[in-house]
Amino acid sequence: MKFPYNDKVLENFKNPKNVGKIEDADGKSMVGSPACGDMVAVYIKVRAEDHVIIDAKFESYGCASNIATGSIITELAKGKTIEEAKKISWKDASDALGGLPKIKAHCSVLAVEGLREAITNYEEKNGLVVEKKETTVELIERRLKNVMNPLTGLDIVRGNLVKSIEIKDGVVSIVVDLPQEHIFANNIRDEVKEKIENLWDVKEVILKFSDQ
Amino acid sequence: MIYLDNSAATRLDERVHEAMVPYFFEKYAVATSEFGYSLGIVARETLDEARNDLAAIIKGNDEEIIFTSGDTEACNMALKGVAYSQMKKGKHIIVSKIEDFPVLNTAKAMERDGFKVTYLPVNGEGLVDPEELRKAITKETTLVSIQHSNQEIGTMQDIASLGRVCREAGVLFHTDATHTFGRFGFDMGQLPVDLMTMSSHTIHGPKGDGALYKRKDVPLQKWMDGGYQEFNLRAGLENIPGIVGFVKAAKLMNEEENSMVRSMRDRLMDELLKEIPDTMLNGHRQKRTPQNANITFHQVEGESMTLHLDMKGIEVSTGSACFSRSLEASHVIMGIGGNHERAHGSIRFTFGRYNSMDEIPEVVSSMKEIVARLREISPLKR
Repeated sequence: MKFPYNDKVLENFKNPKNVGKIEDADGKSMVGSPACGDMVAVYIKVRAEDHVIIDAKFESYGCASNIATGSIITELAKGKTIEEAKKISWKDASDALGGLPKIKAHCSVLAVEGLREAITNYEEKNGLVVEKKETTVELIERRLKNVMNPLTGLDIVRGNLVKSIEIKDGVVSIVVDLPQEHIFANNIRDEVKEKIENLWDVKEVILKFSDQ
Repeated sequence: MIYLDNSAATRLDERVHEAMVPYFFEKYAVATSEFGYSLGIVARETLDEARNDLAAIIKGNDEEIIFTSGDTEACNMALKGVAYSQMKKGKHIIVSKIEDFPVLNTAKAMERDGFKVTYLPVNGEGLVDPEELRKAITKETTLVSIQHSNQEIGTMQDIASLGRVCREAGVLFHTDATHTFGRFGFDMGQLPVDLMTMSSHTIHGPKGDGALYKRKDVPLQKWMDGGYQEFNLRAGLENIPGIVGFVKAAKLMNEEENSMVRSMRDRLMDELLKEIPDTMLNGHRQKRTPQNANITFHQVEGESMTLHLDMKGIEVSTGSACFSRSLEASHVIMGIGGNHERAHGSIRFTFGRYNSMDEIPEVVSSMKEIVARLREISPLKR
């Protein structure tokens, strides 16, 4: 039999570690939506005195690479301080899994975001973050680093696909350097919107392609 | 292995293979050499016979059959060939929203050439309302293309009624019959259909073969240029082994097998819907092709299900975005009013000649186990 994933990914998919809820979690998150195809919930228990993650669990409504990444990311997070855990990247997760298909980057990056959101949730609950920050071009760019081009497996920022970002009166305008007819144009549009739309001071996201 | 993806491709029948073999090693000339030498004459006769046999199957005439490289080419030929030849009359065509890519993406490409395309909506079961079609036809309309049955959910349109609406309005009608050809009796003498796409890959024939039926007086502009083959409507060497295989496969399709396929499908469909909670059938329960069952398993994602099934040796397909080349959820499930979750959780099971009733219990028990397991880890679970 042939599978589209390596043995390590398959093992983490078949028998994912750290599955389930933590009822009295110190931080939790739910990222993604059925619309983008995947959803991940991450729960963490954090030791108050040194902010070390002592337990992490996840739930996934997603494809194989999403489930496998949820499994590996919760493994990687355990025993790390929240500062260290925040730095775990999609690349770290993918490396720990022995590599993921490029086209699946967008499904697995979600678990990474889920962990970061759970940490933010913990920080917010414990007064570790101060006031709401204004949305800036830099912040948008950082968020767009979580939108993957399924053809290359690179995010659209590092892949130089983001032509311009403008913010005016809560309206974010982004031009993506791909033609409208690109096979992944609709997918990238949905993902970009999803990453930006829920920022507290963003009213609307307008995404255009280079030939629009 | 239990293969339940027969609407994607079917296993070749040995008898089809056997019929094709001589045309690779002994009778390998092409029909255009008929005035040159004996092998050319053999090729011409073979081609004529195949055309005659296929015409007889659908009760049409020989000169109404144009062999193509499959359904994609036939659909391109029907849409572009008719619409471009009728540009003086108008540049409007009508297709349904849930067509397969050969029609849907041809229509989209034509929009770039200045054609206006109406994408007709369908109801919750995937049916086009003939009245809606009547209302959508304008003076500018030259062609309507509505599939005979749907590739994903199996719903069968009432093409006789839709064709009559077109006749009354003086508009040509094409139907993509890729998933019904061989499974239903067609009588082109009676059916108000002007053009019809047929394919070999869904009936245990070779891939890359098919035909377009084109009623005699229908104008068609040649759009692939080259030689004068196929009544000067389709340039390119005739794929004689492929054509022979395709027509042999068409002849082997029979009613007995279709009812066997239907009873296997019915059993799987009924057991899955009964034994697994939170499931729903996609498509019309009665008006559907005998080989197709399409079921949504709520709260779980399709690619995870197909991979688990694959590990158990069961092969199916899904409408999930993660499974598709463009990472988009099935336009068919969305078109019948479904949401993303319904599309992502949909699994298509399609039967063929080489399936057996014995396979059903294993598929049902595997699905039960897999769905329960994935629901266990799903944040959407109830």
